Amino acid sequence: MRLLEANNIHGGYGGADILHGASIRVDNDEIVVIVGANGAGKSTLMKAVFGLLHVREGEVLYQGKPITNTRPEQMVSRGIAYVPQEYNIFPSLTVQENLEMGAYALRGNIRPRLEKVFSVFPRLRERRRQEAGLMSGGERQMVAIGRALMIDPKLLMLDEPTAGLSPKLIDETFERIRGIRNLGIGVVMVEQNAKQALAIADRGYVLATGANRFEDTGANLLANREVAEMFLGG
Amino acid sequence: MYILVELLQLSIYGIVLGSILTLGAIGVSMIFGILRFAHFAHGDLITVGAYTGLGFLMMTNAPFWFALPAGMAGAAIIAVLIDQTVYKRIRRRQPVILLISSFGIGLILRSFVQIIWGPHVFSFPGGIQRPWLVWELAIIPNHVWIFLAALIIVTLLHLFLTRTRVGKAMRAMSDNMDLALITGIPAERIIMITWLLGGALAAGAGVLLGLDSRLTPTMGWNILLPVFAAAIVGGIGRPYGAIAGGMLIGLAMEISTLFLEPSYKPAVAFLIMVAVLIARPHGIFKGAW
Ligand SMILES: Nc1ncnc2c1ncn2[C@@H]1O[C@H](COP(=O)(O)OP(=O)(O)OP(=O)(O)O)[C@@H](O)[C@H]1O
Ligand SMILES: [Mg+2]
Repeated sequence: MRLLEANNIHGGYGGADILHGASIRVDNDEIVVIVGANGAGKSTLMKAVFGLLHVREGEVLYQGKPITNTRPEQMVSRGIAYVPQEYNIFPSLTVQENLEMGAYALRGNIRPRLEKVFSVFPRLRERRRQEAGLMSGGERQMVAIGRALMIDPKLLMLDEPTAGLSPKLIDETFERIRGIRNLGIGVVMVEQNAKQALAIADRGYVLATGANRFEDTGANLLANREVAEMFLGG
Repeated sequence: MYILVELLQLSIYGIVLGSILTLGAIGVSMIFGILRFAHFAHGDLITVGAYTGLGFLMMTNAPFWFALPAGMAGAAIIAVLIDQTVYKRIRRRQPVILLISSFGIGLILRSFVQIIWGPHVFSFPGGIQRPWLVWELAIIPNHVWIFLAALIIVTLLHLFLTRTRVGKAMRAMSDNMDLALITGIPAERIIMITWLLGGALAAGAGVLLGLDSRLTPTMGWNILLPVFAAAIVGGIGRPYGAIAGGMLIGLAMEISTLFLEPSYKPAVAFLIMVAVLIARPHGIFKGAW
């Protein structure tokens, strides 16, 4: 089923547009990866979709309904969770408190959700009383993703979930993300570790100067000579 | 020997003053942590809390301690009303605009107190107390009650911040406002609760200050400087630091009277604040809360 569709998005931070007609779509049970050079507008596209900056032209559809320029709180209550590239945890809160905040917008018992997140990231259970700001980079990323999972999202938006992680942790994180997809959650993520990300992606987009450059299945993008030369380091 | 007794005696006064400053400073710190502006009307909110408590006693003839919850409830509501009618409209402006507005609000509150109560000096009922003599130290019963009341209020606040959903959300907002919004925490509701608590704590400081000395329309304005010094020493935006900051400033102000004229007490608070701002602008502690 079509989960998210963003068509021909134009917009920016108030000054000149950064996005010049970028489009993405995400289906259920799908990992969609967005790659592109630094400054291509990948993070900007994520923010625009999530309602954090003004979409001047174009539309965002969620489960077929327009949600263009919807406020973040409403995104959350519709089941869309977003993990920003930076500052994506509450450092002085404990791990468990971070997760509890993830479910703030929802009513009801959060225990089962907590258990679900702990089963995806067992490490967080061990560390649940630890102040999140004192954790390692990899653990923080788990806290950040765990926090987003607390709403039981239908769509999970991740901005560079493996930034700054060791090769071993990168593999592990991608493995977890596949696990999340297998729970039936649509995942759209921006990635710098493009080769590995495209390898687990169902589909991928290459963004350049705020617009789509290529889009295809992950495997095809990996095999594409032009893409490889420009974005995957040969 | 004499000097030791004197030092201990002054330390008791320091702890009492520190308890009062702490209640004010926690509010200043929480408001700064979430709204990012220095709330200059906080001193006058302290005054309003004290007078609201006194007014309640006069109207009901209730025993003295009812002044505390009554004043806290009154100032909490007034703080929320001020926020909703004034600060909320300029929330997205630069912090300095909020700061100056709060200065004006402070003047308005002070004038209201003068219009309603006149410039007279009031005291809470209770009269002069005979101190308890413990070893060489004279302990005024009210001082014990002030310390205990502040301790209870701070403990309740701690439980609120660490055990309740809303309390945790307040800490989360102060940690990372953008992420709090992305997470779906209802910012305006949490801001309202922050003002409720800030107002209640200010009134706590006001009633206890009134109990320690007297009520005047400028009582809160006069301790605004040490309250801010306490908040800054503890690291502004960190309510837990404000407790330590309040105690440190309270002790320093009282102990300084060993060497200095008592009228220099605010200057001592000011000096410590400046020294901390120069040496450790984020306060004397590590960590966020
Ligand atoms: N908050 C902001 N205000 C103004 N301009 C911004 C802001 N954030 C990013 N930009 C600009 O928008 C453009 C795209 O930035 P964006 O963060 O979307 O790139 P990106 O593709 O995510 O890059 P990276 O791989 O480095 O994360 C850049 O030119 C950047 O300078
Ligand atoms: Mg980015």
